Amino acid sequence: MEKNINLTLKIWRQAGPKVKGEFETYKLDNVSTDNSFLEMLDILNEKLVKERKEPIAFDHDCREGICGMCSLFINGHPHGLDGETTTCQLHIRRFHNGQTITIEPWRSAAFPVIKDLMVDRGAFDKIIQAGGYVSVNTGGVPDGNAIPISKVFADEAMDAASCIGCGACAATCKNGSAMLFVAAKVSQLALLPQGKVEAAHRAKAMVAKMDELGFGNCTNTGACEAECPKAISISHIARLNREFLSAKFKD
Amino acid sequence: MAKKQESTAVEATKIDARIPEGVLAEKWSNYKAHQKLVNPSNKRRLDIIVVGTGLAGSSAAASMAELGFNVLNFCIQDSPRRAHSIAAQGGINAAKNYQNDGDSVYRLFYDTIKGGDYRAREANVYRLAEVSNGIIDQCVAQGVPFAREYGGLLDNRSFGGAQVSRTFYAKGQTGQQLLLGAYSALSRQVGKGAVKLFSRYEMLDVVIIDGRARGIIARNLVSGKIERFFAHAVVVGSGGYGNTFFLSTNAMTSNASAAVQMYKKGAYISNPAYCQIHPTCIPVHGETQSKLTLMSESLRNDGRIWVPKLKEDAEAIRAGKKKATDLKEDERDYYLERRYPAFGNLVPRDVASRAAKERCDAGYGVGNTGLAVYLDFSSSIERLGENTIRARYGNLFQMYEKIVDENPYKMPMMIYPAIHYTMGGVWVDYELQTSVKGLFCIGEANFSDHGANRLGASALMQGLADGYFVLPYTIQNYLADQIQVPRLSTDLPEFDQAEKGIRAKIEKIMKIQGDTSVDSIHRELGLIMWDFVGMGRNKAGLETALEKIKAVRHEFWTKVYVPGVSTDLNVELEKALRMADFIEIGELIARDALMREESCGGHFREEYQTPDGEALRNDEEFSFASCWKFNGEGEEPELLKEALDYEFVHRQQRNYKA
Repeated sequence: MEKNINLTLKIWRQAGPKVKGEFETYKLDNVSTDNSFLEMLDILNEKLVKERKEPIAFDHDCREGICGMCSLFINGHPHGLDGETTTCQLHIRRFHNGQTITIEPWRSAAFPVIKDLMVDRGAFDKIIQAGGYVSVNTGGVPDGNAIPISKVFADEAMDAASCIGCGACAATCKNGSAMLFVAAKVSQLALLPQGKVEAAHRAKAMVAKMDELGFGNCTNTGACEAECPKAISISHIARLNREFLSAKFKD
Repeated sequence: MAKKQESTAVEATKIDARIPEGVLAEKWSNYKAHQKLVNPSNKRRLDIIVVGTGLAGSSAAASMAELGFNVLNFCIQDSPRRAHSIAAQGGINAAKNYQNDGDSVYRLFYDTIKGGDYRAREANVYRLAEVSNGIIDQCVAQGVPFAREYGGLLDNRSFGGAQVSRTFYAKGQTGQQLLLGAYSALSRQVGKGAVKLFSRYEMLDVVIIDGRARGIIARNLVSGKIERFFAHAVVVGSGGYGNTFFLSTNAMTSNASAAVQMYKKGAYISNPAYCQIHPTCIPVHGETQSKLTLMSESLRNDGRIWVPKLKEDAEAIRAGKKKATDLKEDERDYYLERRYPAFGNLVPRDVASRAAKERCDAGYGVGNTGLAVYLDFSSSIERLGENTIRARYGNLFQMYEKIVDENPYKMPMMIYPAIHYTMGGVWVDYELQTSVKGLFCIGEANFSDHGANRLGASALMQGLADGYFVLPYTIQNYLADQIQVPRLSTDLPEFDQAEKGIRAKIEKIMKIQGDTSVDSIHRELGLIMWDFVGMGRNKAGLETALEKIKAVRHEFWTKVYVPGVSTDLNVELEKALRMADFIEIGELIARDALMREESCGGHFREEYQTPDGEALRNDEEFSFASCWKFNGEGEEPELLKEALDYEFVHRQQRNYKA
């Protein structure tokens, strides 16, 4: 395989939330295939700065696939076509010489564009603030080994908890639903005895907040699971529905 | 039970760490029993600013809000959950002794002191070990899904520098799970209105009124607006300064600016030379690389580190004529096992990093650059099966394969040391208060507990100890005297002046309109730091570095180009402001390294080593924490010293051989 390739980039540029955006095309030559996707954007930005042009704004931070800050629709897929990968872990070796790459921000009513490829995902924080926690204060808690937890449940809770809150699920859903994100948190905490106590209240509060913030409904298309960079299973949505229904029955 | 005090020739100085009286094990209990507290009705009237939402910042903000204080919490990213604590992989230490393998609070304290090469404060480290167990309980109660045994109890693994298994973990994502735990506690308080959260804000200065920290100036990163915030006390948990080296395992926004702002307002920077170079990172691939990726230290539980025994083999591998798997067992040099039989592959990080550099410098390195060694899992896979290894490290192996494009189940990983963590930082006393009254510093940003080298799985422990269990107590001892202070207006001249200073600095940067990007200057600084202030340091090299850093400063202030305007979202401007401070801290690192004429922990001066290449301390002259005091722009900083007298532990040459 060639070590350096030439690319054509069609990138969404939008000066601000209220301004109309459009695609701009950039040629970028001689990109090392060892570079990550975001390093490729760094190179482009460095070039734009040299040409005294405005660089492209995009979100990123840890560049290790864990902080959930990077986003981007790449050729129509959130975080690109590679399975179980965040944009920062996607590498240029996955593309070929001469390829055109289309890069867009998350498109979701609940995630308005801030600038270019940067969006506001504050809605996810608000959903967690509505109930995505166990109500314990610091101090006065029992010993960590006081309540044994089945390894099976602990492992399943861990799988749910590996959500990085990037928003790919909601951005890819044709209904703009945040069900997978909400379900991952509800499921993690419902699986553990510490979280079980308030499971019903949590499910109701988080779902109500999700609806309030303009996220759509779930119609089980499964796109969220397919595109999730952490492979969070939609079986968690089933658990959320059970928790939610049982909470409603108790009302 | 106090042993004879081991004092040093270090002159007594004015620096007082305010360590409570009494025997080591009772200091913290005594402190808590006698400190001043604030009653609930007064707590509501007191505002506390917390800058940062990592493990230290979010746990502190949540815990203080739970107590009833009014908290303002600032976050540089779009959400508190993004803070770089999230990337910590391997685990968190605690002295639970669940494994019945001889652990205790004293042993955790002792390992940490020894791991830090006897350059940490005894009383702080003992307190850290004491509160470690409570952290695990707290996290379990929050729903952190720690790994468990089939019987339902918590599992542990081993980490470097310890002979017990005291590390709790959640797959290879322990930092993520602990941060999300603290984030959930913080979110609960935000939901209740007890914490006001400011996301996408960056602190630009601390405001001092009558000698006390009374607020900050911050920039709204979305609108570009500069805003003023008052508080009765300011807490900074802004992380370390590893990105001074450009390439590090830190996140892209991790920066040293808050530390430099505090320094310029009178807080001392302590031991900046103590930078941790982590032995197991993915090697550098090229000049356009933006950051380095860590492979957790936990991999050294099952991975064996080696290079070829013969130079010819190393050369053949570099030329692509041979592969790692072509070499037979007796053609491999497992140099850590050879040099350190007692600890083997689990020696502390500084020791492992230097050993890798030594082999590569001697011509035994692999990879196409020769700057890599192997981390090999083949014998563990043979012993335990691929599935067990996958269950333990699956996500790390996957990450490695994505970056390097090689299957680590079949081919040994290639690793090389990289900047990872900074033990030095803002000087704080026992109460985590800086040398400025009302200004506190927590987590990696302070210098407190790790001495000259941090042990694996201790950063998470320290961040959460500070935030959950130390600061919420000690800050009350300060605030108890502040209950009469009303909420001050941000129109006061001190706020005016601070904001004016920032505006002038921003204007100056915007006006340069040179032809060099921030990143290219940063890369230049990084190379100087890595070449002359990295793993091996010497007098001539450090003097060269100081000269070169001066040139970089000149280049930055005359040639940098920042596009756009300052009154809007402007990522290049953000980077430029941080860059100016990386230059300041870079100079302090080199200065501190030049001053410290000994080797200890992460600070290795080539002139000071034992005949077999180990770090050689000089306790007589250097058993102190350096405290650099700002003396004005363009002036030499003043060196103050906090003497480190060991009352309870007998200092010795660190030995991981037998």
